[in-house]
Amino acid sequence: MHQALSTKHQILDWLQAVKDPEIPTISLIDLGVVRGVEIDEATGKVSVHLTPTFAGCPAMDYMKRDVERTLLAHGVPAVEVDISLREAWTSDMITDAGRAALRQHKLSPPPVLGNTVFDLDFLEYAECPNCHGHNTELRTPFGATLCRAVHYCHDCRQLFEQFKPV
Amino acid sequence: MDPKLDLLYRLADDQLILGHRNSEWNGLGPILEEDIAFSSMAQDKLGHSLQLYSLLHELGESEPDTVAFTRNAPQFHCCQLVELPIGEYDFSLTRHFLFDHTELLRFEALATSSYEPLAQVARKLRGELKYHALHANTWVKRLGTATEEAIERMQSSLNFTLPYALGIFETTDAEAEIISSGLFIGEDELKSRWLESITKVLSQTALEMPDLSLLTPVIGGRHGQHTAHLQPLLDEMAEVFRLDPTADW
Repeated sequence: MHQALSTKHQILDWLQAVKDPEIPTISLIDLGVVRGVEIDEATGKVSVHLTPTFAGCPAMDYMKRDVERTLLAHGVPAVEVDISLREAWTSDMITDAGRAALRQHKLSPPPVLGNTVFDLDFLEYAECPNCHGHNTELRTPFGATLCRAVHYCHDCRQLFEQFKPV
Repeated sequence: MDPKLDLLYRLADDQLILGHRNSEWNGLGPILEEDIAFSSMAQDKLGHSLQLYSLLHELGESEPDTVAFTRNAPQFHCCQLVELPIGEYDFSLTRHFLFDHTELLRFEALATSSYEPLAQVARKLRGELKYHALHANTWVKRLGTATEEAIERMQSSLNFTLPYALGIFETTDAEAEIISSGLFIGEDELKSRWLESITKVLSQTALEMPDLSLLTPVIGGRHGQHTAHLQPLLDEMAEVFRLDPTADW
């Protein structure tokens, strides 16, 4: 039986269902972890390129298997997932939809760095995801996972987590 | 040794050994946030060592796990600073401060290395190392301006740790070629940038920088000469791997 080739658009659509294992509101695509998708026209094999948010992220193997599982379940004949630092992840790769998804999970999204000089002071600022206040203070740059920092909001007097700018 | 291998082994072994030492604070931190901070930095450093051992593997060395878990102390190229036991929190903090300032500057410089695979890794790691430096600065400034006891303990840790920190910059026979081939700016240049960077932070505290010209750097690590503390660390770290190299955990 010969299956019709999947289009890239279709593959990306299916991959929207693959979420970060620790932040179930955001997809790997909106997180910027999926860096490319290629389809081999002869065999229909799909190659997916991933890059880790943090080099020591322990969830990469899980993400890899999740991508494979999802595409195979949609009938893709073969899937190859590679993980590399060729294009190093930065928090600017999080899409607007991804930033909204982080807020939905009560995580403060990282500020967009653009070409600004990324100095240490910059890391100390975050917007409160609860009351949107700016009167906040970095409590510790290390939180429940490598990608999160813990801040305190002086307006609503709550601790909150931020997805770290990198 | 080939200059690339020489440089990569020094970098990778530093990450692995300090990563392991940092992990020893897991469950013992003086406050919960510090327990989490040292454990997170341990996780970062192990991830960084894996990236560097993977580059070595691409250059024909053994698999990362084999390189990490089957060598004995004389085959390690880490500086002696990273292998010292965690001691009291003031020592671990001081080591973290002195070491991670070199790390941030080292990987910023490596981001433009002529060896592109290493430059790619460095561009990734430098962003993460900013958090390590930020964390160290926060606590050095806090304790270095706190009570008399805090200042005294931090000063005595600084005096004890600095000769070991100077050993970070011990060079090997490959140094001239490492610089001339554009692999890296070299240890001397790194040292002067580091000195400027730590002095800036220490000047905001009551801590005094000893006269470095009067200190004797503790060297040998880059040539496989280590303290008695490294081998027991390696034995413990590799215990499961040596029992069963195929174990998954």
